[in-house]
Amino acid sequence: MINMSKEKVFVCRCEDLTEQEVLDAINQGYTDLEELRRILRIGMGPCQGRVCINLVKKILEKKTKEKVPEISYPTNRPPLIPVSLAALAKKEGKKK
Amino acid sequence: MIKNADVVIIGGGINGCAIAYYLSKKGLNVVVFEKKYLGSGATGSCGAGIRQQWSTKENTELAIKSVKIFETLSIELDMDIEFTQGGYLIINHDSEDEKQAKKNVLMQKSLGLDVSLVDTSNILRIAPVLDINGMHAVSGTFCPTDGHANPFKTTFAYAKAAENLGAIFFTHTKVTGIDVKKNQICKVHTDKGSIKTSIVVDAAGVWSKEIASMAGIDIPNIAFRKEVLVTERLEPMFKTMVISFKDGIYFSQQPEGNIVGGIPIPKERSGYYTMPTFDFLRHMSQTLTRYAPTLKHINMLRHWTGFYDVTPDARPIIGEDPLIKGFIHCHGFSGHGFMISPMVSSVLSEYIADQKNSKILEKLKINRFENGHIDHESSVIG
Repeated sequence: MINMSKEKVFVCRCEDLTEQEVLDAINQGYTDLEELRRILRIGMGPCQGRVCINLVKKILEKKTKEKVPEISYPTNRPPLIPVSLAALAKKEGKKK
Repeated sequence: MIKNADVVIIGGGINGCAIAYYLSKKGLNVVVFEKKYLGSGATGSCGAGIRQQWSTKENTELAIKSVKIFETLSIELDMDIEFTQGGYLIINHDSEDEKQAKKNVLMQKSLGLDVSLVDTSNILRIAPVLDINGMHAVSGTFCPTDGHANPFKTTFAYAKAAENLGAIFFTHTKVTGIDVKKNQICKVHTDKGSIKTSIVVDAAGVWSKEIASMAGIDIPNIAFRKEVLVTERLEPMFKTMVISFKDGIYFSQQPEGNIVGGIPIPKERSGYYTMPTFDFLRHMSQTLTRYAPTLKHINMLRHWTGFYDVTPDARPIIGEDPLIKGFIHCHGFSGHGFMISPMVSSVLSEYIADQKNSKILEKLKINRFENGHIDHESSVIG
């Protein structure tokens, strides 16, 4: 049997966050996706929230029985994938 | 919507939430209106540093007393705000910098701050990751009790503690108007209803100008956009925040291991444009890898924009308006609202609840600009 206890279901691999930790935060009154992001650091890891945000949204909607409006989705921040500082620091127009 | 409140606070950032806490503690009925969510403005996008090394006495004093509060705040509010004291290292690049640094250190020491001038070998001892030649450093100043706290958690901690004492928070609620009768605040209107009150605190950050104008008050603040970047997590490398007023750069390693830092963009303009720019990324990466060359192998994860609410002398405007009774200014932090918020909010709360005036309020009142003399804070970035 697979153990599906909420302590073992990871919703955010960047920040090692379990479903139970998300539920705990919601129980503490953080019922806004942006607030959850700030208290749990979801969406702040290398994946930029591609893995966790939708999962957390689902958990939040199930728990509060309210739909999260599109408008309250966390802002997407560039870049899409991590980029090295050396690459960013390159002078314009310089090609190798 | 409830009908009455002793005090209405506009803005759910660090200062609004902290004032809500201190006033509730004094037994006042407090209502907070926040147009988005708590910490959605400057507080939530700031660099999280806490610095006591300033060039003006008022800022230094506010910061020293704030650090005293920060030290015990996790216990007082019953929530870990992740306060750490890794120090602030300010880089001097030439004799002009050194001259100002010596003057600052003398004044800061007279206020009891543990701060000293450090030579280049000590700079490397404090932060081995730095490159003296790359930074063009001649010396620095270091204060070991400066540090860092989590702005989100500090804001939430103040808000939760305030709520436990009876304060009521309305998030996603926009203030649409303020009624003034015979030069006295009497009502606040929002998109969710109206509320009677005789005291309004304008703690709306870069939107403070808009709020003040609702009460017919003009404030001299200008919004400046500032960008910040964060790298991937790394093993702990250095504890101090590193800053340079000349290059405008600041960066530190967070408890989680990410390096967070910012720098003004050379052609930066004021405004409310929130999209981060590539100009910033390039300028920041070039300067950061010049300061700490080994970081060139590190990946940047994200960058974002926040706003500085800047006043003509780069110091905050706090205290009651001289013409409109009950309108309390709490804005113009010019990029340093988070680090001095515990003391600013304590002083303002004592004024509101106990009518207690203080030297700090006297120095930072709005009509200081009318007298012509401006004592500019020079220890600022950008």
